[in-house]
Amino acid sequence: MPEASTTEAAFRVGLLRADGAIPEGVTDGAGRPAGRRYDVYRNNVAVALREALETGFPAVAKLIGPENFARAAGLYLRRDPPETPLMMQYGASFAAFLEQIDALRGIGYLGDVARLELAMRRSYHAADAVPFDAGRLAALEDSTLRAARLILAPSVQVVRSPWPVLSVYRYTMLPDQPKPQARAEDVLITRPEFDPAPHLLPQGGAAFIDALRRGLTFGAALTAAGADFDLPATLTLLLQQGAISDLQTA
Amino acid sequence: MFDTPSPLPPLPGVGYKPQHYSAILNDPAPVGWLEVHAENYMGDGGRPLAQLRALAERFPISVHGVGLSIGGPERLDPDHLARLTHLVGWLNPASFSEHLAWSTHDSHFLNDLLPLPYTLTTLERICDHIDEVQEALGRPMLLENPSSYLAFAESTMSETDFLREVTRRTGCGLLLDVNNVFVSSVNLGYSPQDYITAFPMDAVGEIHLAGHDEDEDDFGAPLLIDSHGREVAEPVWALLDQVLKQSGPRPLLIEWDNDVPDWPVLAAEAQRAQAALSQGALPPSPSGRLPRDIFGQKKPGGGAHA
Repeated sequence: MPEASTTEAAFRVGLLRADGAIPEGVTDGAGRPAGRRYDVYRNNVAVALREALETGFPAVAKLIGPENFARAAGLYLRRDPPETPLMMQYGASFAAFLEQIDALRGIGYLGDVARLELAMRRSYHAADAVPFDAGRLAALEDSTLRAARLILAPSVQVVRSPWPVLSVYRYTMLPDQPKPQARAEDVLITRPEFDPAPHLLPQGGAAFIDALRRGLTFGAALTAAGADFDLPATLTLLLQQGAISDLQTA
Repeated sequence: MFDTPSPLPPLPGVGYKPQHYSAILNDPAPVGWLEVHAENYMGDGGRPLAQLRALAERFPISVHGVGLSIGGPERLDPDHLARLTHLVGWLNPASFSEHLAWSTHDSHFLNDLLPLPYTLTTLERICDHIDEVQEALGRPMLLENPSSYLAFAESTMSETDFLREVTRRTGCGLLLDVNNVFVSSVNLGYSPQDYITAFPMDAVGEIHLAGHDEDEDDFGAPLLIDSHGREVAEPVWALLDQVLKQSGPRPLLIEWDNDVPDWPVLAAEAQRAQAALSQGALPPSPSGRLPRDIFGQKKPGGGAHA
């Protein structure tokens, strides 16, 4: 494959650099140096990536305000440009990046809000699945159920947080929401049809779902969920939301 | 199950935006086909794919890629080409097109269409990449002319000569973006009419129209920005008339990607495209040439459509 020319190479390297250097060998139509014509490309790249982040993380943008978000996004897109042309996947490391910015350390929950938004985006684009018929569950003997495996729909996501991440998210994005109270919150994201919906998980719910995802049996997942696990509430939520796509008996 | 796809009809189309989904299904006139960006439909499921499947039952679909980086010196991303092959395989769209541009550097995707010099080296590179795409997809593709804000001193070929040679070597078709021609001609100071006259029109399988913004360069010269955020400018409609006289009716797309308007505004642009297509179906004037002053119309929105 033919190599890039010197000008091409300089053009490419300069796009994500903030120092304003203009590559040699690019001109206007009359042979004069391109100057800010090159900045149009540099600006297009920065704006396109920043807008992708704004689209993907609207609650983060609201929490810190558009100017702070633009500054954070500008740093992030230079440090972590997209790895693929699928912008729907961009920003997987944004939460961890936000947590490293000193000026944002005071907003402890910010990273987890970003994780929640990323999880909702992943749920939105996940493969479709036909919900499992809850009647099949009720028909099982207790011992058969304990040995069975529940298969989660691909759109199911869980976010665990020491912060009231769902309350903060709702307070930020929806009208008339109660002020968040200081507490840890685990969030289940389901997608009954096309729109991902976040739900607060009962005690032990996240550990239970994590165990199911790892392929453990129903009985083993119950054990993993701990003594305080609220099975009826968790199971009702999963079934009502179409979050279980299959049941495999031993 | 793979039928040979029918080509795009020589009718107005629009770039599909999800907010127009219901409006398009309820009242598409005069829109005869839709174009989607390939990369937005490479997820595993959910609403985007469900909508695309439903739309494909009603309309011919053009898949327009923005991520292959055909113009870059690196080899094509095999994962991305595989994703594209999968999409084109199940959708069997009427057309697939990509850009004479690059977008990936050191495996980082920059989400913009970036320019390249026109030399024998880049010609060979582009042709290799197009061969690879056409082989993977099992069909010819269309290649779109870019909008340019600067020129490469090392270029040895004109853009039209470069594109003609690409079509000759690879058998690909061309997507003629008339707004890009106008934007580049103003930015680089050449005649858009001469560009159109020199364009290999026989290879054109689709035409694009879009709006642009106005800025200036360091010397105060006009610098047009290909923004896709407003109505098509009057001089671009005028240039389209010249194109259609040379080409005859072709599939004609309105692109509106930023500050996307409500459906009636976009449908009105498509209506105007329909009128231009009907006009262009008339035989060329006896002289065979257009009056030279069609470029003289100044601002977008000023004056009646010629």
